[in-house]
Amino acid sequence: MKEPKQLVVSAIQNGTVIDHVPAKQLFKVIQILGLDHIENQITFGTNLESKKLGRKAIIKISEKFFKDDDINRIALVAPDAKLNIIRDYEVVEKRVVEVPDTITGIAKCMNPKCITNFEHVITKFRVVSKKNVALKCHYCEKITNQENLQII
Amino acid sequence: MKNRSLVSIADFSKKEIIEILDRAEEFEKQPVRKLLEGKVIATLFFEPSTRTRLSFESAINKLGGKIVGFSDSTNSSVTKGETLHDTIKMVSSYSDLIVMRHPVEGSARFASEVASVPVINAGDGANQHPTQTLLDLYSIRKTQGKLENLNIFMVGDLKYGRTVHSLMMAMSNWNATFNFISPEELKMPDEFKLYLDNMGLKYYEHSDFSDIISKADIIYMTRVQKERFSDPIEYEKVKNVYVLKNDMLDNTKPNMRILHPLPRVNEIHTDVDANPKAYYFDQAQNGVYTRQAILCKLLGIN
Repeated sequence: MKEPKQLVVSAIQNGTVIDHVPAKQLFKVIQILGLDHIENQITFGTNLESKKLGRKAIIKISEKFFKDDDINRIALVAPDAKLNIIRDYEVVEKRVVEVPDTITGIAKCMNPKCITNFEHVITKFRVVSKKNVALKCHYCEKITNQENLQII
Repeated sequence: MKNRSLVSIADFSKKEIIEILDRAEEFEKQPVRKLLEGKVIATLFFEPSTRTRLSFESAINKLGGKIVGFSDSTNSSVTKGETLHDTIKMVSSYSDLIVMRHPVEGSARFASEVASVPVINAGDGANQHPTQTLLDLYSIRKTQGKLENLNIFMVGDLKYGRTVHSLMMAMSNWNATFNFISPEELKMPDEFKLYLDNMGLKYYEHSDFSDIISKADIIYMTRVQKERFSDPIEYEKVKNVYVLKNDMLDNTKPNMRILHPLPRVNEIHTDVDANPKAYYFDQAQNGVYTRQAILCKLLGIN
């Protein structure tokens, strides 16, 4: 007998599903995308089993569709995230996230002597390596890499 | 049009660098010219730097400009808690150009974005000091007659020394060969060596002075500072290894010149000063001409 396919997080009619988010990054992703400030219906599940990530999170946002530029902002914390675009309960498009060439206002510069850590300055980085993420600060010109990466 | 600033040596193309050097040469021939008449230049020194400030102020005076500013942030509104953002906004409305020295890295780039007038970075912490690099280039071209295919020796603190990093990046435009002489703890960082690898330029690393300096066209000396060492014993071991003395110069090339961004402590013995190969005091003088050229370039004055 066939097992009924049960969804831990219930399906949405129209909107975006963000899957394969590392469980511990769920709230960072919510913050980066500003999901805590929008009126749309949002359901999410976390600490779900995942073969790839160990524990993953999934977010489903009704009636919300992201531009590439917006969604790529989560690449720093959820590089393996996959997006499913849903129309009338069907997946009509699948997308992956890509680390953008510049990062504005998400990461903190690791250099304690950088102006961005002294004064209210929006951080800005050029991505010098996408694989092992390395960010070059637009201001102090120092490199912040994956190990020292902090999300503001 | 957005104002042009000079924050990092990379802000100027190779062509623009040459333009500045040519211009500086004109100023060396005739330094007093009233090109900045009626202009007000702000010199904001949030940390003291007598040499750099006097050099800029001398350049401005020779061009007939007027100076407003401060030489130490204890005399400014910074002590009342004003942000750099607000200071720069305010000074922008009082002046035609801002020269700024600040201990915080990246402060100059930030200031250039906030200011409505051009900003010249006169040093932002350990980050950049592009006018020093331009005067170094001027000194090299003047003493060697060219910038191409030179053998540049850099000695001392190659890890933290911002002047050596900027000069190395700039000289990489002209097919230089580099020799780095430094203690293990203060070696040229990998990111810069990687940069040279990518440029296809040759470099050699040494742990002490040797006969190799007979190949040098330029020896660029820097201070080895005690506070850079995590282990004071290491400092004691190396502090006298990187000292240049007159008798070491016997076999060096006739065109070889010794540069130093100054101030020096003991890394160049005073017995070198009288040697015609010692160029560090002339180098400081070249700073005035170079800064005259930079001021005019950023203000669009021909």
